[in-house]
Amino acid sequence: MPSMSLFLSQLFNGLATGLLLALISTGLTIIYGTLGVINFAHGALFVVGGYAGYTVYGLTDSFVLAVAGGSAVALACGLVMERGLMRKYYSRPPEDQILVTFGISIILVEIVRGLYGGVSLSVTPPEWGQGIARLGTLIYPLYRLETLGIAAATLLLLYFVLYRTSLGLIVRAGIEDAQMVNALGINVKRTFLLVFGIGAMAAGFAGVINSPIVALTPDMGFRYLVESFVVVVIGGVGSFPGAIIGGIIAGEILSLTAMINPQYSDVMLFIAMALVLIFRPQGLMGQEGRE
Amino acid sequence: MKDKKTLGQAMQTQVKRRSVLKAGAAGVAGGMLLPGTARVALADDKKPLGAWPAGADGDSVFVGLTVDLTGPYSAQGAEQKNGYELAAEQINAGAPQVQKISPLIKKGILGKKLVLGSADAETKPNTGVQAATRFIHDNKAMMIAGSTSSAVAIALQKVCNREHTPYFTAISGSNETTGVDCQRYGFRLCYFAYMACKAIAPVVAKELGKNRKAAYLTPDYTYGHTTTQSMKEFTEKEGWKTVTNQVHPLGAKDYSSYLINIANTDADVLVVVAYGADAANAIKQAKQFGLLDKMKIVIPYMSAYLEKEVGADVMQGVYAAQGFWWTMEDHNPVAKDFVEAYEKKFGGKPRDSAMYAYLALVLWADAVERAKSFYPIDVVKALEAGELRDSPVGKVTFRAEDHQGIVDFPILRGKKPADMKNPEDFFEIVQVVSGKEVLPPLGLLGCKMGDYV
Repeated sequence: MPSMSLFLSQLFNGLATGLLLALISTGLTIIYGTLGVINFAHGALFVVGGYAGYTVYGLTDSFVLAVAGGSAVALACGLVMERGLMRKYYSRPPEDQILVTFGISIILVEIVRGLYGGVSLSVTPPEWGQGIARLGTLIYPLYRLETLGIAAATLLLLYFVLYRTSLGLIVRAGIEDAQMVNALGINVKRTFLLVFGIGAMAAGFAGVINSPIVALTPDMGFRYLVESFVVVVIGGVGSFPGAIIGGIIAGEILSLTAMINPQYSDVMLFIAMALVLIFRPQGLMGQEGRE
Repeated sequence: MKDKKTLGQAMQTQVKRRSVLKAGAAGVAGGMLLPGTARVALADDKKPLGAWPAGADGDSVFVGLTVDLTGPYSAQGAEQKNGYELAAEQINAGAPQVQKISPLIKKGILGKKLVLGSADAETKPNTGVQAATRFIHDNKAMMIAGSTSSAVAIALQKVCNREHTPYFTAISGSNETTGVDCQRYGFRLCYFAYMACKAIAPVVAKELGKNRKAAYLTPDYTYGHTTTQSMKEFTEKEGWKTVTNQVHPLGAKDYSSYLINIANTDADVLVVVAYGADAANAIKQAKQFGLLDKMKIVIPYMSAYLEKEVGADVMQGVYAAQGFWWTMEDHNPVAKDFVEAYEKKFGGKPRDSAMYAYLALVLWADAVERAKSFYPIDVVKALEAGELRDSPVGKVTFRAEDHQGIVDFPILRGKKPADMKNPEDFFEIVQVVSGKEVLPPLGLLGCKMGDYV
């Protein structure tokens, strides 16, 4: 039987990794939830953000600038993607969207590998994130503790932008009936471009925030893409609070299963996803029948 | 032009084979004559095997490389490709460096130019197998080489065995590769879990003490499980206790929950079995969780470039086994040649991935020269003959019974950053292990070698 202190430690760790997962999956939620596109390039944009942040961090020695730089590069990638390709795919079947975004992700990852090589790169946490926090018996890296706050603040901000401003209203109306919104004199195309850009930027942002925790490799995005999907499916497609709840549930499953037997933590995660799909296919917070 | 010619010759061979078939059919029509003729034909010349003889007909001979250019082990794959290219260049030129290993090598192999083709195995068994099959059937490859993951190596070994084409792993750490999964046409030059653990256990017991408590981080596949099993066995013989074993998926990114579990025990040694980027992540996060303040790190099977990935600061005092370390050039002229040539061609010091790739190709070329033929059975028998050759890691050969390389390898200790003489001077060599002494006894790992055909 695991001790109480270990249980509490893992419970807390589940929350922290869960919020980080929620942050990582936001880009996917935004694009999937608003534009209905399953963006398989989400993991690649996460990687692009991480590597761009690494370069800016090396040049400027400022982590804040690294975050800005990484987000900006991912945003640019997102805008080019939308303008060049995705725009033509909104009305096409989901399998086409998956194929095209998957193709883009391969191209992005191989560009990163070409530029930086396959040896993993290390990003040291910023000065304010170095060191260790003692929480009772638990020793926890200070930076991970701070990402709790960063993730919470970012998720809140994105929630307000997308759901409590007229931008969000337009996007959601545009999804329901693009023609009608156009007729009202609103440029739906531009709004979609903006949303896709924000989604890509969120992925890049998460990539930089995550980079001091995990060594950067060009292939790292795939695993995060899979985890993001699990989070989005559990939480409910297109639901922002759902993504947060899904993230925390995924984090707790990973942590608490690892406490008992680490070998089963991945399996348990997918079992949870399967259960949600069987008993509540729209996800815990998702709305039924939304396309 | 050359391709055309080869293709033409391949077609001729096919035509020949077809006429032979026709002749055979005529023989059947002719009744009782056939058995006698067939027997004569068998005794006179060798039956086609794998891509032979088509692959050995032209002015050049093709070798297919299954290297991981993408996936979690892409850094090792890229390095292996360099190693093979360097070997091919020196073999084709009949360079003096390569003649120090095999004096038989003139220009090319049996006068034929060695041509390499490489495919990305993506660190996936399926992709590797497809690539190897393509190389053998389409390119008439006479040899296949390259691997980092044992899961891929074992799959490749099986398919190459079925195709009667010699296959050489580059890196493969699992006990099973030359154990239960050994194959007549598969050869593993590199050291592996059992040898590494048997060698490093007494060293760390002496350096770190006999009453240590170890926690393991083990990737969840054949390499991880067999390495942890061997390491437990040999360290427990030295008096160590195994406190916990955290098994994680290959390619895991977040080790926080495993590390919290470990922090919750009284373990004072962290045995990192994870390889490649996984090892870098695990060690990096162990440091962030404050584990390294009270724990020593031991890495029984260290991947190339790990020291660069985690930095000298973290690497100092770490004990690790690796297939090759470049400062071995101080005592070995063959190593010196190799390191110099590699650095000149690619920049940077080579690691064990490149060395094993380079050496395997040269040893295969040497075996072909000794067999005086590319005929797969003759080449395999030449490799089984136990001929000792010089190499960057001293005298090497293969053990006939399980095709395991008898190869020396170093045990390293991370230097303090202040003691490093140059940016690549990460380790001091604690000991060069005699491969012969740490080989598993024959039969222990369950190798049952198959037939030649």
